Formats: sequence, structure tokens, C-alpha cells
Amino acid sequence: MLEENQTITIKGTKDGLTLVIDDRGPFEDVIDELTDKFSEYSPKKDEPVVPVTVKLGNRYINDRQKQQLRELIGNENCFKIEFFDSNVIHRDEALTWKEDSDVKVINRIVRSGQILENVGDLLLIGDVNPGGKVITSGNVFVMGNLLGIAHAGANGDRDAVIAASYMKPSQLRIADYISRAPDYESEGVYMECGFVDEKQDKIVIDRLQVLSHKRKDISGFERRMLNG
Amino acid sequence: MGEAIVVTSGKGGVGKTTTTANIGTALALMEKKVCLIDTDIGLRNLDVIMGLENRIIYDIVDVIEERCKLGQALIKDKRFDDLTLLPAAQTSDKSAVTTDGMQKIIQELKQTYDYIIIDCPAGIEQGFQNAIAGADKAIVITTPEKSSVRDADRIVGLLENEDMDPPKLIINRIRNHMMKNGDMLDIDDIIQILSIDLTGIVLDDDDVIKASNSGEPVSLQGKSKASVAYRNIARRILGETVPLQSLEDEKGMFKKMKKFFGIRS
Repeated sequence: MLEENQTITIKGTKDGLTLVIDDRGPFEDVIDELTDKFSEYSPKKDEPVVPVTVKLGNRYINDRQKQQLRELIGNENCFKIEFFDSNVIHRDEALTWKEDSDVKVINRIVRSGQILENVGDLLLIGDVNPGGKVITSGNVFVMGNLLGIAHAGANGDRDAVIAASYMKPSQLRIADYISRAPDYESEGVYMECGFVDEKQDKIVIDRLQVLSHKRKDISGFERRMLNG
Repeated sequence: MGEAIVVTSGKGGVGKTTTTANIGTALALMEKKVCLIDTDIGLRNLDVIMGLENRIIYDIVDVIEERCKLGQALIKDKRFDDLTLLPAAQTSDKSAVTTDGMQKIIQELKQTYDYIIIDCPAGIEQGFQNAIAGADKAIVITTPEKSSVRDADRIVGLLENEDMDPPKLIINRIRNHMMKNGDMLDIDDIIQILSIDLTGIVLDDDDVIKASNSGEPVSLQGKSKASVAYRNIARRILGETVPLQSLEDEKGMFKKMKKFFGIRS
């Protein structure tokens, strides 16, 4: 049986250890108890590294405290903290997260020499003219003519897509991939999208309908639109 | 209180100076008081096209550096009493003029003139900033070529940041047969890309070059297509509704009859 005042419970699962830390009581107590617990344990060499998940409940810990836990558990022992699981996140984190997942609606024309930079998904109502550029960390949706450069997933998200009502871009960029228009004069395409094809290892352009198979999570966009 | 209109394009050689001269002359023909300002310091041309080159005594830099009064630098046109030119300096460079200086001059001119037409230099540097500083409206010139449309697009973007009405578009040097073949950009394509209002189209006309060389703006010559086009633009500036000029050549009576009876020629 567990003692009443015990703040730390250790469970073994098939994925490693789960460390449940009670969310009441000061953080110092947690550290003390952990130091206690781990001092009893002396690992043998060449034991495999055991992944640890830390469940924090309703406790918020900052990066410094996370580092403290990592050092305490990871050092000298064969444990490694894989994941902190907490019910609460910091306001700033939440805001960044919201910004990243929000769809920004912008109504303008991005003309030659202009750059439209954004975080999260971008819904541009208007054209991107030749020489104009849109950059965002999420997906790019253009309700209008995309004739310039579009860069989706600028922070490295290779799953980002670029969709436009009319597409005749000079370049499409997704994360670190770049594709450019052919040298011969070509007609643009209507209602198509560009995404990174893993097999071909390059950006391909296909009908919008293909997206529902390739990027299932994108429907999040629709959901957010419905919920306002 | 007058109105200051800047004529700009970004790209060089698309016909800013010619357009300035001709719109100014056409407005003067309609008995408006007009002042033309050349802001292309160091590379002045407007005076040559107007045929006023050898009357220049003081220029815009002299006015800004207070070597003369504004009235002394203004040159009266040979043909119209109500048309004057404020020439650019040929010896200084663009840094000799400041946006403040320009604004002051234009404010002063607005008191006496109905229209002040400002000829903008090519490029988007200081000279461009000076030229648009005092303007209330802008006219963007482009030709049916990709490079010039690209530059016009850039200029429209820059003008959008300024405190003025959305610019109007003039498409210059249209060659009808090339546009028909698809060798030149179509008028509709250009408007679609730039998405600003069209205020006039001017056909490529040999008379324009002849007129420029003789120092007589082409809008004074009644018949030529370009002349009609410029006068139409001036009328639109005055607020009249004028239909766009037909690109087709004038048809003879016989052809018109054929068309009327539905016979293919």
C-alpha cells in the first residue's frame, strides 16, 4: 500500500517507466523525495536505457525545473526522460500554439517586391503577383491567382501544403524543398495544390481532391472555419 | 485649390515624360491652368519635348535652394498662356531635392493652378520619393510588356502605402496587330494583374516621336490616334466619361457597308 503523504509513484509499463508526481506540495519536496529514491538505486553498467514519462497532473514546471529533473533522473542512472505530461501549459506557450494553428485571413494583393510574412496557416483573399512572395510557417491557401512565390512550412514543416484557385507560380517552396516553373511557357492550373511527395522526394502539384488522402489532418482547417 | 497628379512607371522609357507633356497640353487646350514639373534631376527631358529648352534660366533646384523665387523659374509655354513648366536641373543630382522642398513647391503652385502634373524619374529611389511627395493622385504608365508590367506592379504597391487615391493606369505603346496575335500582353491581362482602374490606352504612333523631336506635343495635332488618346485621358481627368478608343483602324465606307450586310471581307 502507498503511504498517504507519498508524492511520487513509479509505475513500470511496457514502454518504460511512468513517474507520477502528485501535483500538491512544493517542488522542493519532489526533488528531495526523488533524490532519496534514486540514491537507493545503483545501476549496473551496460544496462539498457529506460525511457521515462513524467506525469505532472495539474502542476506547471518551467524549463529550469525540467532541466533539474532531467539531470536528477538521467545522470548516472540508465534513465532518460522522454516526455513531460502536464495538464497545464504556460500562457505564452498557449498563445504561440494558438498562433501556429490559427488561420490568418488577409485580404490584399501581394504585388511585385512585396513580402507577406505570417505564422500559422494563411488564407489570402487576393492575388500574389509575379515578384511577390508569401511566407508562412503553416499552410498557404490563396483565393486568387498565385503567380509569384509561395513558401509554406517555412519553419521546416514538410507536411505543409500550398493551394490556390489559380496556380502559375514562379516558385513553390515547402520547408526546405524548392520547385520552380518550367522554362517553357505553360498554362496555369485551376484549383490545385502543391505538397511534398515523400516517395518522389520533391514538390508535386495535384488536384485539390488528392489532399484529403494525403493530408488528413488538414481538415482541422475546415473544422476551425466551422467553429469560427 | 488645384490637384497634383504624378505620372510614374518604375521602368524607364515607357513614356512618362511624353505622357506628362501631352496630358498637360490637352488640359491646357481645355482652358485649364496647368503647371508641369520635371523631377528627373540630372536627366531632364520634359523641356525638350515641350520645345522650351532654350528658355530655361532657373530650375527647380534653384527654387529649393532659394536662389530664385518660384515664379521666376516657371517657364510660360509658347502656345498657351495658362501652361507653364518648372524644369529640372541638369547639373545637380536627385539628392539636391528633398520631399519637404517638393511639398512646399506643390502647395504653393496649387494656389494658382488647376492641375499640376509631375513627371517622375525612372526607378524607386529618392527621385521617385520626391516626385510622389506632394501628389494627390497618381497615374501609372505601362507598356504591354512583361518587364514594364512587373515594374508598374511594384510601383502600385509602393503607392498603396502613400496617403493618396488608388492610382490610375495608362497602357502606352499598344501595337494592335501584336496584341491580336498574342505577341503582346492583352489589355485585360494587364488590368487583371495590376487590378487598378484603366484611365486610357495609347497606341504606338510614329507621330509621337516626330512631335517629340520637333518640340510640339502630339496632342496638338488633331488627327493622329495618340493625340486623340491623350485628349481623351485629359477629359477623363476632368471627370467626363469617355469610351475607350477603338484599336481597329478606321474602316472605309465600303467595309462598313459590308459589315452592315454581314458579308465577310
